Amino acid sequence: MKIRTLVTGIGVATPHGMGVADYWAATRVGKNAIGRITRFDPSPYPAQLAGEIPDFTPQDHLPGRLVRQTDRSTQLALTAASHAFQDAGVDPGALPEYDVGVVTAAGFGGVEFGQQELRKLWSQGNRYVSAYQSFASFHAANSGQISVHNELRGHAGVLVGDQAGGLDALAQARRHIRRGSKLMVSGGIDASLCPWGWVTHLAGGHVCGSDRPERAYLPFDRAADGHVPGEGGALLILEAERNSIERGAGNVYCEIAGHASTFDPRPGSGRAPGLRRAIDLALTDAALPASEIDVVFADAAGTLRLDREEADALTAVFGVFGVPVTAPKTTIGRLCAGAAPLDVVCAALTIREGLIPPTAHVEPSPEYDIDLVTTHPRTASVRTALVLARGHGGFNSAMVLRAVD
Amino acid sequence: MSEQEFTLQDLTRILLDGAGADESVDLDGNILDTDFEVLGYESLALLETGGRIEREFGIELDDEVFTDNTTPRALVAAVNAQLARLASA
Repeated sequence: MKIRTLVTGIGVATPHGMGVADYWAATRVGKNAIGRITRFDPSPYPAQLAGEIPDFTPQDHLPGRLVRQTDRSTQLALTAASHAFQDAGVDPGALPEYDVGVVTAAGFGGVEFGQQELRKLWSQGNRYVSAYQSFASFHAANSGQISVHNELRGHAGVLVGDQAGGLDALAQARRHIRRGSKLMVSGGIDASLCPWGWVTHLAGGHVCGSDRPERAYLPFDRAADGHVPGEGGALLILEAERNSIERGAGNVYCEIAGHASTFDPRPGSGRAPGLRRAIDLALTDAALPASEIDVVFADAAGTLRLDREEADALTAVFGVFGVPVTAPKTTIGRLCAGAAPLDVVCAALTIREGLIPPTAHVEPSPEYDIDLVTTHPRTASVRTALVLARGHGGFNSAMVLRAVD
Repeated sequence: MSEQEFTLQDLTRILLDGAGADESVDLDGNILDTDFEVLGYESLALLETGGRIEREFGIELDDEVFTDNTTPRALVAAVNAQLARLASA
């Protein structure tokens, strides 16, 4: 019998706010949080919309020593990790230090910090580059700082796989729990809304150039023309079931019941994309037939080709209009490594409330035979959820979540 | 070259700018003989601080300056000794 891995704490950083309650209140009614970029002047760039986290002042959340040595993404991650521990009712300092670890996903690392230091290097000289550049812009900075700040000395690591990395990190944390870790902090938070991060997004070629926040990121819509990047994500407390019972955990959101990741074949090979195989393998890992999945949180890439691939995979596995599908990320944009962990949070809250949040702004194209939940939230008894995430360059990941009685 | 002096106030200002401060530490208090480590500054924070002192005062500090001088009093003296050498050169 495998050790079950439960989600027992949640912390988020989202364009709807830094609190789970704020995030859910906005998400369940499809409230828009996409707008014109304010963190830098976007006017020279061909795309100017993003999902920004408003009103985050790191000094309000972090010790002064940490603010100077961290990128915005790490400041958000440290804050969300603290919220997750609080939500779990766990004092990290009181735990056996080697039993608790941290695995996060990162897409960008501390890109804004790196940009500031590069600017100093070229405008003032190498003597002006901060000593903290040595780690603050590194992809592993979030895992490292969460570990140091909370005195966690268990397994630590970082996974990089664009959006898919967010699920892969949770799966890696689950492996550590199966091997004996009692508790893991896991998920991902990305924040890349600075010029250097922005040109990286633009180079990917899939950012929508629309200037209308509610008509920009439109997955599964006939008008789909790319996505809107956003910042944020989620960090979760994953816990071995026995540990959660022994300490009397107050919040048990769901079980991480299955996961798989695949890689797309070489372009032009003619072989099928890997998403369907990831779904099949994740269902097998969870020992659940497709008919028992109650809702799918789509990756929702927002380009005609990628939406077609995802809709085809869903139809192949679940049948025509076979399962409710939603993509609440249309109100906040794609958060890179933070997207899928936040979708896992959304799935956990959907299970808890029995309400599937809508895919706001989207008018579903009749070309896709999927039951997309649009405009209004849908009441439903949700016991299981499938979360999908794909990354630029061919990453596919799928995760199955299951209610815990 | 006019003679500059490096004061404790300069040091605390540079520490704050470069590395911030722990809420539990009062840099305006009597810190002259408290080890940097006790004040919450690890090696990287001191590397950053040293770089800022070098830039602002136009001097070069030995790599060992923080291992040889573990308190603000000792560091202030070492920096001033370096400034004096520069002025008399």
